[in-house]
Amino acid sequence: MKMKHREYLNKLVQLFVVFLKLGPSTFGGGYAMITAIEREVVEKKSWLKQDEVGDMVSVAGSAPGGVAVNSAAYIGYRLAGTAGAVIAVTGITLPTLLIVLILSVFGTMYKDVPKVAAALKGVHAAVVALIILAAYRVGRSSIFDSATLVITGLTVLVLFFTSLNSVYLILGGPAAGVAVIIIKHALGISAVTEKDVKDNQLEINYPEYYI
Amino acid sequence: MLWQLFVVFLKIGSISFGGGYAIIALIQREVTDNGWIQPQKFQELVALAGMSPGSIATNTATLIGYSQLGLAGAAAATAGIILPSLIIVILCASFFLKMQGNRWVRASFYGLRPVITGFIIYAAVHFGAGGSGKPLLTWPNLGMLIICVLCLTAVLKYKLHPFAAILLSAVCGIVIF
Repeated sequence: MKMKHREYLNKLVQLFVVFLKLGPSTFGGGYAMITAIEREVVEKKSWLKQDEVGDMVSVAGSAPGGVAVNSAAYIGYRLAGTAGAVIAVTGITLPTLLIVLILSVFGTMYKDVPKVAAALKGVHAAVVALIILAAYRVGRSSIFDSATLVITGLTVLVLFFTSLNSVYLILGGPAAGVAVIIIKHALGISAVTEKDVKDNQLEINYPEYYI
Repeated sequence: MLWQLFVVFLKIGSISFGGGYAIIALIQREVTDNGWIQPQKFQELVALAGMSPGSIATNTATLIGYSQLGLAGAAAATAGIILPSLIIVILCASFFLKMQGNRWVRASFYGLRPVITGFIIYAAVHFGAGGSGKPLLTWPNLGMLIICVLCLTAVLKYKLHPFAAILLSAVCGIVIF
């Protein structure tokens, strides 16, 4: 019994260390991380079987939040229950938290130095580019019929021209999706809820899909 | 105030489907409407967040928390935005996984995904247009546009890593501005 307890603690410590190490490498975030996590968790530690990685990705991708943090939660939970999930998430978040804070301290300190301000402006432009890219990629897999196009259009209009709370939009999306499927079903039109499976797999190859 | 920070980001965290970029718009609405942060300052924070490893949304939360209440604020905001994901992933991992093939779950995601796309488009325009009210065609704006287009082609055509693109843009920024 005592041995088991020690084994458990040992596992928690290992989880923490592994995800602490993975944390700083999450530049670019999202699916780029999955490969790094896979290498560490499946190949090196054999904590997870290869075929469970697919489950992990689908859970991590469909739950709210970043894919990397969600994957950490998933693995932690699988290995050591709720405590494991908490430990893994803390491990992966802590380094970024510190890096962000350090950057911000330097950022504010040298904000008025012209060169730093110029560099930040450049980064600003790059972030805009990355957001456009994300929109393009997410759009390509989510907009594939007239209904999805209308939903996207409506969302953008509502965001720009009303101050409606975003929660309603997030809840309205699934409601609209279910409604469209019911109507299509009633009219006897075949309803496809996902773009080709081939395309779904493509997403995983696009590291910047989620960040 | 600390509690408020936590609650606001808890709320954002629980609807943050689609990860980082979709959430920037959400965060911006929430914190600028609350009057916590000026739009100009918000853009600086997001640029900093984009330079750091990890999710841009979580990093933005950390920075906003820090700018409001120092370290405690940073911790509260980060915990707030991460906690919902943690709980939901645990729930998914324990029993939701079986429901994945369910028709209605699929139908819900069918409707949710285009909404997320809309959020990201909004974020791109909003973040790109920045401080509204000023004339659009100015030298700095033109410079930004050039860098932005360069980034897009570099990442799309030459498969440049996003982080490398960010670093290069910083250099371009120094050269242009």
